[in-house]
Amino acid sequence: MTVATRPDVDAPAEAWRGFAGRRWRDRIDVRDFIQANFTPYVGGSEFLAGATERTLAVWRRVSALFPEERRRGILDVDAATPSTITSHAPGYIDRERELIVGLQTDSPLKRAIMPNGGLRMVENGLQAYGYEPDPFVRKVFGAYRKTHNDGVFDAYTPAMRAARKAGIITGLPDAYGRGRIIGDYRRVALYGTTRLVEAKRAERALLDARPSSPDVIRDREELAEQIRALGELAEMAASYGCDVTRPAATAHEAVQWLYFGFLAAVKEQNGAAMSLGRTSTFLDVYLQRDLDEGRIDEARAQELIDDFVIKLRIVRFLRTPEYDALFSGDPTWVTESIGGIGADGRPLVTRTSFRFLQTLYNLGPAPEPNLTVLWSPRLPEGFKRFCAQVSIDTSSIQYESDELMRPRTGDDTAIACCVSAMAVGKQMQFFGARVNLAKALLYAINGGRDELTGEQVAPEMPPLTGEYLDYEELSAAYDRTLDWLAETYVDALNVIHYMHDKYAYERLEMALHDYPVHRFMACGIAGLSVATDSLSAVKYARVKVIRDQSGLAVDYETEGEFPPYGNNDDRADGLAVDLVESFMAKVRKHPTYRDAEHTQSVLTITSNVVYGKHTGNTPDGRRAGAPFAPGANPMNGRDRHGVVASALSVAKLPYEEARDGVSLTTTITPEGLGHDPGERAGNLVGILDGYMTFGGFHMNVNVLNRSTLEDAMEHPEKYPELTIRVSGYAVNFVRLTREQQLDVISRTFHGSL
Amino acid sequence: MPATTGRIHSWDLSTGVDGPGTRFVLFVSGCPLRCLYCANPDTWHLRDGRETSVDEVMAEIEKYRGFVAAAGGGVTVTGGEPLLQPAFTGCVLRRCKEAGLHTALDTSGFLGARASDELLADTDLVLLDIKCFDVTTYRELTGGRLAPTLSFATRLDRLGVPVHIRYVLVPGWTDDPSAVDGLGAFLAGLGNVDRVDVLPFHKLGAHKYDALGIDFPLRDTPVPAPELTERVREQFREHGLRTL
Repeated sequence: MTVATRPDVDAPAEAWRGFAGRRWRDRIDVRDFIQANFTPYVGGSEFLAGATERTLAVWRRVSALFPEERRRGILDVDAATPSTITSHAPGYIDRERELIVGLQTDSPLKRAIMPNGGLRMVENGLQAYGYEPDPFVRKVFGAYRKTHNDGVFDAYTPAMRAARKAGIITGLPDAYGRGRIIGDYRRVALYGTTRLVEAKRAERALLDARPSSPDVIRDREELAEQIRALGELAEMAASYGCDVTRPAATAHEAVQWLYFGFLAAVKEQNGAAMSLGRTSTFLDVYLQRDLDEGRIDEARAQELIDDFVIKLRIVRFLRTPEYDALFSGDPTWVTESIGGIGADGRPLVTRTSFRFLQTLYNLGPAPEPNLTVLWSPRLPEGFKRFCAQVSIDTSSIQYESDELMRPRTGDDTAIACCVSAMAVGKQMQFFGARVNLAKALLYAINGGRDELTGEQVAPEMPPLTGEYLDYEELSAAYDRTLDWLAETYVDALNVIHYMHDKYAYERLEMALHDYPVHRFMACGIAGLSVATDSLSAVKYARVKVIRDQSGLAVDYETEGEFPPYGNNDDRADGLAVDLVESFMAKVRKHPTYRDAEHTQSVLTITSNVVYGKHTGNTPDGRRAGAPFAPGANPMNGRDRHGVVASALSVAKLPYEEARDGVSLTTTITPEGLGHDPGERAGNLVGILDGYMTFGGFHMNVNVLNRSTLEDAMEHPEKYPELTIRVSGYAVNFVRLTREQQLDVISRTFHGSL
Repeated sequence: MPATTGRIHSWDLSTGVDGPGTRFVLFVSGCPLRCLYCANPDTWHLRDGRETSVDEVMAEIEKYRGFVAAAGGGVTVTGGEPLLQPAFTGCVLRRCKEAGLHTALDTSGFLGARASDELLADTDLVLLDIKCFDVTTYRELTGGRLAPTLSFATRLDRLGVPVHIRYVLVPGWTDDPSAVDGLGAFLAGLGNVDRVDVLPFHKLGAHKYDALGIDFPLRDTPVPAPELTERVREQFREHGLRTL
């Protein structure tokens, strides 16, 4: 079959030919379109096609650049052009062969600068890789244009600054893009921008009728910016020869239009997580129509997805070394949510759900896009087995419970970043990083003084003075400390998001949301297992305090045994549940910017290493500086009864009190899934079914041997593709810092004897 | 069945290694054999076990019943040698059957005569460890006799209890082609052997010997090369047995 590589050649005039359903025609409603038109697929993976020569040629061309990029940290950067949707001329990997076109700048892997978030971060990023900051950019953003970062620091209070400096509240998006907003990029394909602008104008007209209060003025200005951004999206697409003002008429166009929507977002924002949404079953409607019309064959359908995924794999942002220490491996969290079950009980699995996973074979394993399966025990068996097999072969998939999300955020939910569920195009969140619960426990013991510096960070409270820690006394002091922490934290987040909206508003992403949008204030906690085990030690064993000459508690001696979190033992797990519930309740007490709904996550990404570094000795026996366990994981090596007991402890944490997600990262050796390789996929399906049946929310699955990772540390050149799931995302193992590599290797590997 | 207690070493959950699916695995204490390659020397002595009632064991299993059911697994009693405490083991198996769980018994068969027909009726699957098929080598390797195991295997066949054979492949000890062939022929004559798992010898239990201050006799024995493992599996396959 000969098909032109440019999508708009031979496109039929009637874009919506053959589509069923009514409601989605009258209003912007992609979910309704999907429900009316998708073809569920309940078979196995046997229909899939391998990579074509064309795909491999394009992939080889761009992946040949990776070694140089890895060596230098970044391949190249345009230091002189602040990025906007239309700032850069078209760029290509291989113009003759590419099916899906569009790059962030005019050349693959060349990064852009986005100074709206903060000029200093841009300049630090440039200098870290040996580039000179551009004098004109410095003048504009130094003298004429204020940034998000400037705004935040104008409004931070001394208490916020002190908490931030001490590392009890960290990772805050006050110096980088907050991200975690998913534009409904499918709308570009289904409707075209002309129709989307019309809809935005109608929303705006309703506002024009209301008195000009500060809230209304802000909303009007935002809608005006959204409309402008849609215009720029059409202009950018036109520079590639595509007319996205009209709806996509073929599968090729649908993939391309959708990608242009996403590309416009990553040209404009360097958000920490720039997630894609839930696109596979939407795109399947177009692919299936083209297959039915004889326009394409399976090889071509797979090529379109492969090419799209190549583009998603090469999204890049300029970041600073400090940022990399928190979120290692250059992640972009281009999260794509796959699978799940519809409200009517039909699985939302289509052939294109398989095609997305197939890219891990056709192009080899890779961390991005962050492929996320919305798991339910009710998914078709063929799909479940394929997912498990891909996990075993590539360690590149994460799983989240469709059963927990669907009743709350509906059957068009997608994951932003790692574990944050959102109804696509209807909900967004204000990303709030996290507080350090383990350090807060030490503050409770020390009357609000920092255990490392001795400085008074929290308000002065009476320190605990007994030779041994008393559980009741410690609980009361901890409760007071957490009251202070929650208040300071939410207050700081309000400042950050006020300024982010003001100076670095996500125009294009928000143009692809309904108005008004539902907002979440996504708080988070780190160090849950350290705090839990410390409380368990005090409650069930005896913990003697060692103080320095100033009276500061600096170390602890534990006498006797205590049950650690991670063994499905309610004595310890109950303490973790209490902590999650009580901190959530404290967070909810404080009003939020734009009345966002309070949520929290138990997630650290790779910042568990940095958090540990900033936290002194803890009563559970963890040494000062040692990493925390990631996310909601039990502490490494303390989960002694295998992956199931460990997972069931985590599954007890109530999703209702951690609606921004609870993250568990597991590593199982291949033998840990069975002696017989042929049985391993089925056994992994069983573990996922069991975990989700018991209320587990998220599981990162790695199937690896420790020796493989040790060898990769010594011989990184042998493992350019080795991908592992860390905490809500995947990374190339060889791109982690050495410290983080050691942390991963020290984690529990659930094997068999 | 009388309320009873037993001595257990620990419990764990495993997947695909102690019977089908994800299973609750109960390690009981005490073993009459002293296999040179034993990976669990900490389970040898009955006296080292923790006295535990069947109710306590069942309370722990109860926490995993739903999970194990969803994951398509069950409960496996292993050790040590479960048939060293047949009343306790039988009671646990009975209670698991009553709870609707798939049950497996992992045994060397050396004490097979102590397993009552009732106990075996409560056992859905026997994981039978046949250490070696040469009587002299068997005694040197395990300190026990082979005959009881073979008669237990024959009895299981008569009772129609499905069996998975576990065969640990130790270079220089259990890789003799004629002994493997003899075992293959014997197993092929039984009608209840679903599969033969050839398990390459490993030394992951060596640290336990260090901790217990006893010598690990096979410390210097190499693990089998993949080609050797494949040869032995192929020998079993030639007898029409399913192996991996």
